[in-house]
Amino acid sequence: MKDKIRIASGQGFWGDLPEAPVQQVTKGEVDYLVMDYLAEVTMSILQKQKNRNPKLGYARDLPELMKKLLPICLKKKIKVITNGGGVNPADCADEILKHAVDLGIEKLKIAVVLGDDIHDRLDELVETGIELNNMETGESIKSVIHKILSANVYFGAMPIVEALRNGADIVITGRTTDTGLTLAPMIYEFDWDVKDYDLMSAGTVAGHILECGAQSTGGNFLGDWQSIENMAEIGFPIAEAFPNGEIIITKHENTGGRVSYETVAEQLIYEIGDPTDYITPDCVADFSSIKLEDLGNNRVKVFNVKGKPETEFYKVSCSYEDGYAAVGSLTYSWPQALSKAKAADKILRKRLENLGLQFDEIRSEFIGYNATHESLAKKLDEDDINEIVLRVAVRSHDKNAVMRFGREIAPLILTGPPSVTGFAGGRPKPSDVVAYWPALIPKKLVIPKVKILTLS
Amino acid sequence: MLKQACLPVRQVQYKKTNMKKIKLIDIAHGRSGDKGDAANIGIIAYDDKGYEIIKKHLTAEKVKEHFAGICKGNVDRYELPNIRALNFMLHNTLGGGGTVSLKHDAQGKTLAAALLRMELDIPDS
Repeated sequence: MKDKIRIASGQGFWGDLPEAPVQQVTKGEVDYLVMDYLAEVTMSILQKQKNRNPKLGYARDLPELMKKLLPICLKKKIKVITNGGGVNPADCADEILKHAVDLGIEKLKIAVVLGDDIHDRLDELVETGIELNNMETGESIKSVIHKILSANVYFGAMPIVEALRNGADIVITGRTTDTGLTLAPMIYEFDWDVKDYDLMSAGTVAGHILECGAQSTGGNFLGDWQSIENMAEIGFPIAEAFPNGEIIITKHENTGGRVSYETVAEQLIYEIGDPTDYITPDCVADFSSIKLEDLGNNRVKVFNVKGKPETEFYKVSCSYEDGYAAVGSLTYSWPQALSKAKAADKILRKRLENLGLQFDEIRSEFIGYNATHESLAKKLDEDDINEIVLRVAVRSHDKNAVMRFGREIAPLILTGPPSVTGFAGGRPKPSDVVAYWPALIPKKLVIPKVKILTLS
Repeated sequence: MLKQACLPVRQVQYKKTNMKKIKLIDIAHGRSGDKGDAANIGIIAYDDKGYEIIKKHLTAEKVKEHFAGICKGNVDRYELPNIRALNFMLHNTLGGGGTVSLKHDAQGKTLAAALLRMELDIPDS
C-alpha cells in the first residue's frame, strides 16, 4: 500500500481553463487527475445536444484533451477520472479509444460507468409506486413526467473504485458526484473500509475542495484578492491524501495563485446547506468538524473530519421543458444614462403590453448600477453615471411572444431615448428553458455497471 | 485663535450604552453560490474576535432584513466554529434557480459581496 497519493484537479466545470489539466500532469508529480465537468446547467446543455445527435451528449472537448493527455499519463502512470461523459459516457469513451488507436497506443484500459440514466424507466418506476416527489417542493412528478427530457441518478465513488480494481487507466462516468471522483482513488489505494464514515467523509471533503478547480487556490477569492500573485498562471489544487484520512491541499511549485487557510476555507463553505449534513451517495459528512492548519508554503492540512453512514437513497435529477426565454440589451451613455435606460424599459414594456403578449416574467436590470446587488446598491447621481446597459429578459410558454420580444429591442435605437448603442449581436433568439426536478430513489433500484474497453 | 478661545466649552454627553459600527467587510470574507432557488452565503471571520462578533450579531433575522425584497423566503443559519464561519441559506432568492432564472446573477455569485455591505451595531467595549 502506498503511504501517500497525490490527486490533481484539472477542471472545475465544463469550459474551465484548457491548459490546466496538461499543467497538472507536467509541472510536477501526481498519481491521479480528476476532472469535474458537470453541473445541472451543463447536464441540460448536453441533453439538448444528444437530442439533436444521439452520438453526442458528452463534453466534446474531452476526447480532444485526452489526445494530449494520454501519452503523458500512460508514461507517468497517472490515472484519469472524469464525469465528462455527461449523458453519453459510452460514446465519449469510444471517441477517446479512437484517438488512442490513432496515436499508436497499444495498451490501454478505459472504464465506463453506466446505469445512471433512468429516463426510460421513469413510467415503470412511478407505476410501481416509486413517488419521485420533488425534494424541494414535495410536488408529485405526475405534473411534469410527460415533458421530462432526462433523468440521471448521482452515483458516488464505488463504481469508480470497481473500475480501478479492474485495472482502468481512464475512468469515464456520467452523473457521478464531484466528490466521488476524488474519494474513489483513496478507497482503492488505501483499501479503506467503506463503512469507516470518518474516512469516507475525509475523502469527500477533499473532493469538495478540488471540485471547483482554482476556487481553492486563489481564484474567485473575496478576501484580499489583490494580493494573490500571478493569477495568469494560477495553479490548480492538488490533494495529498494519507491512509489515516489526513489531507494536505497544495499546488505545483512555480505556479501562480495561493493555497492558504483563507482560500481553502472559502471553498469549504461554497454551495453547502446544513454543514452537519453534507449528503453524498458514499456518506454524510459533517463539515462543522473539519479543522484546517496552514502549514505555510502553499500547504494547508485538512483533518479531524467526522461522518455518518450514507442514506438508502440516490438523488435523481430530472430535467424538463419549461417554456422559452430570451435576453436583450442596449447601452446608454452620459448624460442621464440611467434615466434614458429606465425610459427605454418603460417604452419597451408598453409596446409588449399593446401587442397583448403573455409572459411568465419580464425582468429589467440596469448593469452598471444595480444588476447584481439590486436594492442594496449604493444610490448614484442618475444624471452623472457614465453609461448603463439596459438588460431585459423574458420568459414565456408562448414561443411567438418570446420571438416578438426579440424584434422589439432594435427599434428602440431609432424610436427611443438618445445616445444608445450596443446592438451588434442581432435579435435575441428564444432559447429553451430547461427546469430541474430533484428527487430521491431507493439505491437498490439502480445498479451501476462498469464496462471495460481494452486495447492490448 | 482669539475667537476660538472665546467659544464656550462644549459638553459631550456619552450614552452609557454607546454603540459602534463595524463594517462586516473589515472583519470577514466569504463566498456565495446556488442550491436550486436558494442562495448559500458563507461568511468567514479573519480571526477569533471577528468570529465572536459575527456569531453574536450576524443573525438570520439581520440577514433576512438586509436582503429585504431580494430574499423572498426564510433564512437558515449554521455555525462552523472550527473555521470561524457562518453559513446562510437564503430560500426563494434566485428567481426560480439556475436554468429558469432571468437574473443576470442567476447563481447568486455576487451575494456574498452584497452581504459584506452590512454594518453591524455592536456595544463599544
